[in-house]
Amino acid sequence: MKKRPFLAWFVSPSALIAFGIAASFLAIAQYSLRAHVPGALEPGGFTLDNFTTLWKAVYGRAFLNTVLLCFWTALFTLLIGYPLAYAMVRHPSPRLRSALLLVSLTPLFLGEIVRTYSWIIVLGNRGFVNGMLMEIGLIDRPIDFMFTLGGVVIALVHFTLPIVVVMLAAALAHIDRNLERAATSLGAGRIRVFLTVTLPLSIPGIVAATSTAFAWTFSAFATPQMIGGGQVQTISTMVYQVGFASFNFPLAASLSLVGLAFTVAVLALFNLGIRRLEKIGAH
Amino acid sequence: MKKSLLDHVLDWTGRIVLTAIVGFVLLPFVVVAIASLNESAILSFPPDSLSLRWYANAFEYRDFAEGLVNSLKIAAFGALIALVAGAGFAYVLDRYDFALKGLLNGVLMSPLIIPNFTIGLGLLILSAAASLPRTMWLVVAVHVIIVLPFVVRSVYVSLKNFERGYENAAESLGATPGRVLLTITLPLLMPGLISGGLFAAILSFNEFTASLFVVNQRTQTLPVAMYNYVREYADPTLAAVSVIYVVVVAVTLLAVHKLFRLEKVLNVE
Repeated sequence: MKKRPFLAWFVSPSALIAFGIAASFLAIAQYSLRAHVPGALEPGGFTLDNFTTLWKAVYGRAFLNTVLLCFWTALFTLLIGYPLAYAMVRHPSPRLRSALLLVSLTPLFLGEIVRTYSWIIVLGNRGFVNGMLMEIGLIDRPIDFMFTLGGVVIALVHFTLPIVVVMLAAALAHIDRNLERAATSLGAGRIRVFLTVTLPLSIPGIVAATSTAFAWTFSAFATPQMIGGGQVQTISTMVYQVGFASFNFPLAASLSLVGLAFTVAVLALFNLGIRRLEKIGAH
Repeated sequence: MKKSLLDHVLDWTGRIVLTAIVGFVLLPFVVVAIASLNESAILSFPPDSLSLRWYANAFEYRDFAEGLVNSLKIAAFGALIALVAGAGFAYVLDRYDFALKGLLNGVLMSPLIIPNFTIGLGLLILSAAASLPRTMWLVVAVHVIIVLPFVVRSVYVSLKNFERGYENAAESLGATPGRVLLTITLPLLMPGLISGGLFAAILSFNEFTASLFVVNQRTQTLPVAMYNYVREYADPTLAAVSVIYVVVVAVTLLAVHKLFRLEKVLNVE
């Protein structure tokens, strides 16, 4: 090993931050094992009660809602994101490709509040969709989007789409076009080339994008909170409610801990999938 | 080559699908722009009459102005700290082996999978347990933790594509390690540092969930102020704020695109 100039200087700041992350994680773990003293912010003695409390139906419902939201959001985001990414990479016009990139990327930098608020205006009872449909007389009472799982999914798909499109576009951009040309020259039609060459080669990208979509949806708070309006409780809204409405931080800590264990397990599965696929690709 | 009927059908299906998707992406922004011009405090589509009063209201509302100042300060400090720490870490990650390197990397990258609400809750509990006051620096700390992985990645990628020959040449000509770092390494890394810092600042400026856990009335960021406004008032002021937000972001992105070409930055070419 040669001399290593600056090692201590360069590592110390990030080591300090890592220490902060580890400490806050330990703080959560420690709080999850402490009793809640109603009316006091200081937790009581050590107990496992918080985790038994989580077996109650409300928390089960929040867990189920979160899983459903993650599933539907990932599915629809992929279905919408794939054609968009494909056009962004493959369309013959460079101007259109750039325009599509800008259109898909802008929402990424708008934050959760602006986007969720905009969807409230679109989906609300007096909102754009209901207002327009009633104006032309297609419906005579508003369709319920707000406070429903479906409404939350629509907004979450919009929220997750940019990052999924970017990941799919990167995957599609790195496919060797010669493989498609070879298939075409051997007489395969456009649909067949897509289904037997392009689509299979982009599967690692699809899996990676799906796992990111899952993590984003799981982490989403403003969208289920504002559009779900308390009717569509998820783990994130539940953690906030338990913490800031009943000041039961020990329970909030144990709920986020269980949520975190779930996320890590699911993402580990995705990772395993990606490794397997890479192995197949290497052969 | 003449196009077959099937080709035409496919082309047109593609066009229609693409138009529908772009419509879906743009719909909320178009709708929010219309809503921001709605004269009355109660929304209606189509609007009965138009006015700019909600824009005036957005500029007059104190919480938005204070939130904007807070957000800009927090984003600037957060991005700067994350840039210094992240660039240093990316450098040692690329160049050196040392004890606990893997563990340190794992802990620093963990915010990529830990939900923001968990990070916010963790720092809130930690600051309560350590009896720290809920100042702006607590919010900055949360933001640094969240944006650091992105800075590390951005600088690390630049280091991977780095031509080591210049450093070796300078070193063999007798330059001290400090001089090599300042006159060769840093200038060559500038694009990675700038894009990493910019990305960190944008992420921090938009961060909402973790911030909600650690701010108070005095330190609330713009997204938190906006969230609180929706909970209290139903008028379209926030639609006006959203339109300003969208325009600023779109113009910034367009400028970045003209300067750096986004396709290259995002590796989608």
